[in-house]
This record gives sequence, structure tokens and C-alpha cells, in this order.
Amino acid sequence: MAKLEIQNLVKRYGDFHAVRNVSLSVADGEFLVLLGPSGCGKTTTLRMVAGFIEPSAGRITLGDTDVTVLPPWKRNAGMVFQSYALFPHLTVAQNVAFGLEMRKLPRADIERRVEETLALVRLKGYGARLPRQLSGGQQQRVALARALAIRPDVLLLDEPLSNLDAKLRQEVRVEIRELQRQMGLTTVMVTHDQEEALTMADRLVVMNEGEVRQVGSQRDLYERPTDRFVAGFVGRSTFLEGTVETPGRFRTDGGLSLACAAGTAAVMGGKASLALRPERVEIAAAAQPGLDNSLPGTVEFVSYLGALIDIHVRLSPADRLVVQIANRDGGFAPEVGQHVFVGWPASAGQVFRV
Amino acid sequence: MIAAVIRRRAGRWALKGAATFGLLYILTPLIFVTWLAFFRQEIPSFPPEGYSLRWFAAILDQRKFVDGFSLSFQVGVLATVIGLALGVPAALCVTRFRFKMRTPVASLLLMPLIVPGVVLGTSMYVFQVTMENALDVDVIGTFYALVAGHVVIVIPWVVRLVTASLAGVDRTTEEAAQNLGANAFVTFRRITLPAIRPGIVAGALFGFVTSFGNLEMSLFLVGPGRTTLPIVILQYLEWKIDPTIAAVSVVQIVLIGAAMLITDRYVKLARIV
Repeated sequence: MAKLEIQNLVKRYGDFHAVRNVSLSVADGEFLVLLGPSGCGKTTTLRMVAGFIEPSAGRITLGDTDVTVLPPWKRNAGMVFQSYALFPHLTVAQNVAFGLEMRKLPRADIERRVEETLALVRLKGYGARLPRQLSGGQQQRVALARALAIRPDVLLLDEPLSNLDAKLRQEVRVEIRELQRQMGLTTVMVTHDQEEALTMADRLVVMNEGEVRQVGSQRDLYERPTDRFVAGFVGRSTFLEGTVETPGRFRTDGGLSLACAAGTAAVMGGKASLALRPERVEIAAAAQPGLDNSLPGTVEFVSYLGALIDIHVRLSPADRLVVQIANRDGGFAPEVGQHVFVGWPASAGQVFRV
Repeated sequence: MIAAVIRRRAGRWALKGAATFGLLYILTPLIFVTWLAFFRQEIPSFPPEGYSLRWFAAILDQRKFVDGFSLSFQVGVLATVIGLALGVPAALCVTRFRFKMRTPVASLLLMPLIVPGVVLGTSMYVFQVTMENALDVDVIGTFYALVAGHVVIVIPWVVRLVTASLAGVDRTTEEAAQNLGANAFVTFRRITLPAIRPGIVAGALFGFVTSFGNLEMSLFLVGPGRTTLPIVILQYLEWKIDPTIAAVSVVQIVLIGAAMLITDRYVKLARIV
């Protein structure tokens, strides 16, 4: 296992910048997740680490070796592909043995290690089967075993769970995470599924349009997003558009004057968004004088999600807010058309420059 | 309701009828030639006066049939081997690399399939005459010049069938191999080659059959005392008609049919062609 260092990585295709100046450091044994919408450059970054794409600029260091220009077969990186990419004409055991044969290990060692690795992914006894005789979940585990067998310096996972059904995905998530911890694998995973990212990562990297937007823990990203994109992409936010009039005062386009956290001088004057997490907003039948903001509104839409209820409240012709409440027995359950009051402390809102 | 069922049944019967007709249309000449090969009398006429195997024995008595068969076989095998060596890399280039002249090159590689054999033969002949004059060595009528001509008609089959099977190869399996430590060459040998093997086998088979049966182009390229089987048959027919020719045809049908059946056991031909 080793540390992975990415410095100022750039990938250009003509005028299009797929990856712009990405720098990341993955500690020995750390599970890093690259999260972002499709086309954000996360997969390109991963493929540059694997060596399938040549960077336009920048440096990639694996352990003590600069691998930037090494061909894929000279890097000791194990990759699990979205489509699994199992060799269809080879048995499960032969698939897992492939990387070991390339490393010219003695036959006996190869056989032993194939056995061990298959046991590790709970596929003992499946060695003689062909990939097409296995279920999707089993194929996925073979792909994982094949990457683990070579004892890679870094494990690269490219959307490894996206072809599994929802229930299986949850199980495999935990399995991969446990294996990774046991073996102390330095791991980089790419995904667009934020739930997957949040449950598996030690640390997350949010990317958009080829750039790293924020790096941090789950809590960092959710509680302290650094820009509007992250606030909208990780978890859910409602955005009220407007301007910061004076420090601590936000005026929406619809004319509402709201208290917001001070220290937003940087965005003074210009267009800005006030982001609110739906579950941090209170809703009640009467005004809530204890809160910094308490506004009247009309319920426009209710979606019933079981444990939770989403309530869309119109505050002004230009401003609408989503409030999420727990579905408690005997709790406040407003209906469409009902007049309500919503409120939140100034600290619950975050202001971003647009 | 009932009308719809009847219509659907009628449609199915019409389809079956058309298919049967098509199949019979193709097979009838083959059936007749096979039947004829077993007639006892020398002049082919119906009804047969009796049956015998004498015409099959007659083939072996005529050296030119044996020699022609042997030459056609040698030319076919060598042309197929060379055609594979050129056609497989060509198919890889055309499917895998993006370059300016890709589409024209791809069409050019398939061209010999649609150019009339006489045109191909004439051009080949003129080319070889030019070569002979320029290089001052024997070209026309040599064994290797004949093979060179046949390579041209083998290549399109190899390119076509290998290209078709390359389209079904999952590129990420190649990436996976490289990721596991296989260089480009090992990746090709261990991963790509097994995946396109059906296309290669089918290409070789069709290339060989095309070469073996080629008449028009070969007419321009054979030399004295070096005659391929189709030309031997043609020459024989100029002098006499007896069931020997039918027997020769039956031998060919059986050999090629067997080659196809054996190939089909390993590679499902219907899936690639």
C-alpha cells in the first residue's frame, strides 16, 4: 500500500478542459471518493491515475514512484471497472490469476493466492466457473478479487456498484468498505451517487466542470459547503435568490428581508443565494418569535415520503421554500392551501455568491 | 379475433413457403449434380440406366484433376495464411484507430468482393506484366504470382469477418488486462485474440473457399502446366461431357461442407457471417 499524490493534473481535449488543475493527496490506507455529476472529470482523473489517459500537464506519484508517463501495465494499481470487464473466455480462477501470471509468480503461489482472494470475497468454490455463469453481484466480486490479488499499491473503483440492484448495492458497499479497512488499502472511488459516497468515504472530493470544488469529510461538505454547487449537490438545499444588503441582512428578489449569518461581506452588493437545508427550517401554524426569521406563507405542494414529509411553501411570488419534517404521530401536518409560518435561525442559512 | 388468428397463420405459412422455395432454388442444381455423379452411362440423360461409382474412380485416373486439386489446395492455404497476416492487422487498424482516410480505406479493403473477377484478373495480369518487365524476373504464370492474386480475394473476407467480431469485443477487458500488468502485445494475444478467434476462423474458411473456387481471376494468372481445379474442370468440359465432372463437383461439395460443419462446431458461423 502506498500514498497517492496528484499534483496540478490537467487534461485538455482541444479547447475542452476535461480536468483543470486537480491536486489531491490520498493517505496510505485512506478511502477517498470522487463525487460529481457526469462529465465533471472524476472518471478522467481516475483513468489518468490508472494510466489509460495521458495527462496534458501535472504529476501523479504512487508511493515513491512518479507514474505520470508510465503505461498502465507498469503501475501497480488495481482497478474495478463499472462493467466489471471480466475476461469472458477465462474461468473465475483464471481471471483472478491473470495479474499474478503477469507478475511471473510461481504456479503454486498463484494457486494459493487465487484461493485466498476468492475466499476473501466469499466466492470459494466458484473458481472453475465462467463469468457468464455468475450473477451480477458475483461478477462484481470476481472483478474485486482480480484487482485485490495483485496486492495493488492503490485500488481504483470506477462506479463499481452502479450495475447492481439497490438492495445488493447496500450490502456490497459495506463489504468493500470492510475489506478495504482490513487490508489497509489506499482506495480511490468514483461515483455520482452521493449516498454511496457518503457511506463509504473517509474523505470526499466534490468535482464539477473539471475542477475540485471542495475536499472534506461528510460533515464538512454538508455543514460547511464552500460554494453553491456543493450546497446543492451534497444533500439538498433550497436557494432563495437575492442580494446581501448589509452584513447579516439578505434581501430576496421577492422583496423579503431576512437575517443571515454575518461575515458575508465578501458577497455584499452582488447577486447571491441563500441556501437552506429543508430539515433545518421550522414550520408551524403560528408565528415563531424565538427564531431570527419567521415568515408567513402558503403551502403549495406536499410530498409524502413515509418517514419524512416535504412541504413546499410559497413565501412571495418569487420565493418558495422546501421544508422537511419528520412524520410524527400527531405532529403538525399542513395541507395544500393552508397558511403557515416558517422560521429558521440566521445560522441555518448560508450565503453564496452566484 | 378469429380473422386475426387466421391472418397470422397465413402469414407464417407464406413465410415458410418462401423460405422453402429459396432453399430449393439453391439446392436443386447441387442435388442434380450429385445424382448425376452416380449414373452408370457416359452420356448424361434421364432416366439413369443404372448406378455406379466408376466416375469417382475415373477422377484418380486423370492426373490433371489430381494436380489441379493439389495446386488449388496449396494456393488456397498459402493465400489464406498470407491473407490472415495482412487482413487481421488491417481490420484492427480500421476499427481501432481514428485516422483521416479511415472510411475510404475500409471500403477499399472490401472492394475485391464487388469488383468483377474478370476486371480483377485483367488488372492483376497487367500489373504482373509490368512487374516482370521492370524487375526482369519471371512473374507471370509462377506459383507465387498466382498466390499473390488470390491473397487479394482472401483479404476482404478476413477483414469483413474480423471487423464484425471486433465490434463485439468489450474494450474495457483490454484495459483490465493492461491494468493487471499485461503490455499491449500480451493483451492482444491473451484477451483480444481469443475474443476475435471466431471471426478469424470464419474469415479463413470463407477466404479459402473463395480462393479454391476462383475461376475468372485465375484464368489470367496460371502458367503452362500449372492449372487450378476450376480451370481443369472448364477445360475438360470443352472436350466432353460425362459424369466425371459431376463426381469432381461432389467431392468439392463434400469437402467444403465438411469444413463448414467442423468449423461450426467450434465457432457458430451463423452468428458472425
